Amino acid sequence: MTTADTVRRPGRGRRLPFSGWHLLLAPLSMGFALPLLWLLASSFMTNAEINRFPPALFPHGIHLDGYLYVLRNALFPRWFANTAIVAIVAVLANLVFGSLAGYAFARIRFLGSRVLLAVMLATMVIPFQITMIPTFLLMSRLRLTDTLGALIVPSLVTPFAVFLLRQFFLRLPPELEEAARIDGCSRLRTLVSVILPLARPALATVAALTFLTTWNDLTWPLIAITSDHQYTLQLGLATFQGQHRTEWPAVMAGNVITILPVLVAFLLAQRTFVQSLTSTAVKG
Amino acid sequence: MAKTFAVGYRARETATVRRTRRDRSRVGGTPTAWLFVAPAVVIILGLSIGPMIWSLLLSFQSADLVTPARWLGWHNYEVLATDPTFRRAVEHTLLYTALFVPLSIVGGLGLALALNRRIRLIGLYRTLIFVPFVVSAASQGVLFSFVFDAQFGIANSLLARIGLPTQGFFADPNEALPLLVAIGLWSGVGFCVIILLAALQDIPPELREAAIVDGAGRGAVLRHVVLPTLRPVLVFLVVWQTIQALQVFDLVYVTTKGGPLGSTVVIVYFVWDQAFQLFQAGYGAAAAYLLAAVLLAASLLLRLYQRIRKA
Repeated sequence: MTTADTVRRPGRGRRLPFSGWHLLLAPLSMGFALPLLWLLASSFMTNAEINRFPPALFPHGIHLDGYLYVLRNALFPRWFANTAIVAIVAVLANLVFGSLAGYAFARIRFLGSRVLLAVMLATMVIPFQITMIPTFLLMSRLRLTDTLGALIVPSLVTPFAVFLLRQFFLRLPPELEEAARIDGCSRLRTLVSVILPLARPALATVAALTFLTTWNDLTWPLIAITSDHQYTLQLGLATFQGQHRTEWPAVMAGNVITILPVLVAFLLAQRTFVQSLTSTAVKG
Repeated sequence: MAKTFAVGYRARETATVRRTRRDRSRVGGTPTAWLFVAPAVVIILGLSIGPMIWSLLLSFQSADLVTPARWLGWHNYEVLATDPTFRRAVEHTLLYTALFVPLSIVGGLGLALALNRRIRLIGLYRTLIFVPFVVSAASQGVLFSFVFDAQFGIANSLLARIGLPTQGFFADPNEALPLLVAIGLWSGVGFCVIILLAALQDIPPELREAAIVDGAGRGAVLRHVVLPTLRPVLVFLVVWQTIQALQVFDLVYVTTKGGPLGSTVVIVYFVWDQAFQLFQAGYGAAAAYLLAAVLLAASLLLRLYQRIRKA
């Protein structure tokens, strides 16, 4: 679970000598973890402990007041559900639309494919700041602003998903699907029953990265959503903090709940995650 | 952020396009293929090229998102050139970038060199240093506004405990921006570490060994073997981190909202404020276009560099 390395691991069982580097690396890495550990600690404090001056460093016992406060707050569970809906729909849509387009670009010869592909590639450098105002105007014409639809539509499929899957499909030997094609399978059938089962690593990468981006996004929800019952967690957290200044343990508990899903997703898919990140930058 | 991971795929493009031609002997797939790509094409192009042009038109108009727009020509851009608020936003953004980019890369390189060894617990160390990267800007903002709260924050209470003067932090116009850089580094350095670590592991050990056999010390190996090999990755990181830093917004929104006294208003904050708070969409679009021009130039330079290196 804790191997962020792409290095071959040393043979199991072989004991490694103690290295002086631990003296540097242990405090350094603890320094990075400290703010998150303290976040966790403060979420278990009582209001009295946290609002005292100077504030307590550690909670005296585990108090669930903060967690109960956010969970009983009618809006917080709703924000969690909103965020989960947006993220899950975005992940599924990216997998479906990304696979379809990626497969067509990788395997089917069709009119205009090269131009289309080049244009889609080029859109990756367009910064969000110049598209956000018209995207908002477009969403309001479609009467989607202030609904989850406004959050879902722009994240249905990214060029990244299309290209990552296309690159993966290109590396699969064509013979694999030729048998299926000769047996009379349609393109769609071939894609679903032959190609996709082989593409699990690429699909996992797309899923992990889409989940992370949609779950963590703040700018677009801030623009597209106005009613508090339509907030995502990120947006809710930012305003919750302002409205509940004296309820710090609750704010911190809300923050823990917000971070937890991405943290778990990251730790589960760490290898996939780190490899996809590095292969692009280093081998590019 | 998904864009983060897409940069390098472009470079491999030409080779793969050539390879697929072989497989394209079967014509007649056109209707199926169009059906397959249609959703992606409509959504991706419809929400990028379309808005990009729309935004350009907006930047030449007086548009408040409600009443019909009026054509102004270059007026918005002329006003921007003399707008003191925009000027300060540019200065703050440049200061943030000038601090964030070198510190994240030098820090990332140092950490990557330290982490590039096979010892016990190394996986744990790497994970801990990288984990802040997946924490959202909103979560970071909420956490650190509390840690650095001038009155109730734990940072001041620790300072007081060891006998140092307490600080204003986010309430002090001189400290707010550097503090934002520090938080940006906490979460952003992990990205540089992961990229550089992978690049370091790609250096063939023979290369180092040869240098050591030739009598090179640690410093010489670093300077003459490691750094030159890392150059393409370092160039990528400089451009990448610059693009990220110039677009900083979420963290500012959650922590300072541009304050205190406008000391942390950055370009994207200015754009957001103009377009969605003051309803000056045309003016905001013009400011966004100026920023986008710089970002696009940076991306193109990177691509050019990668092409030249390949050739």
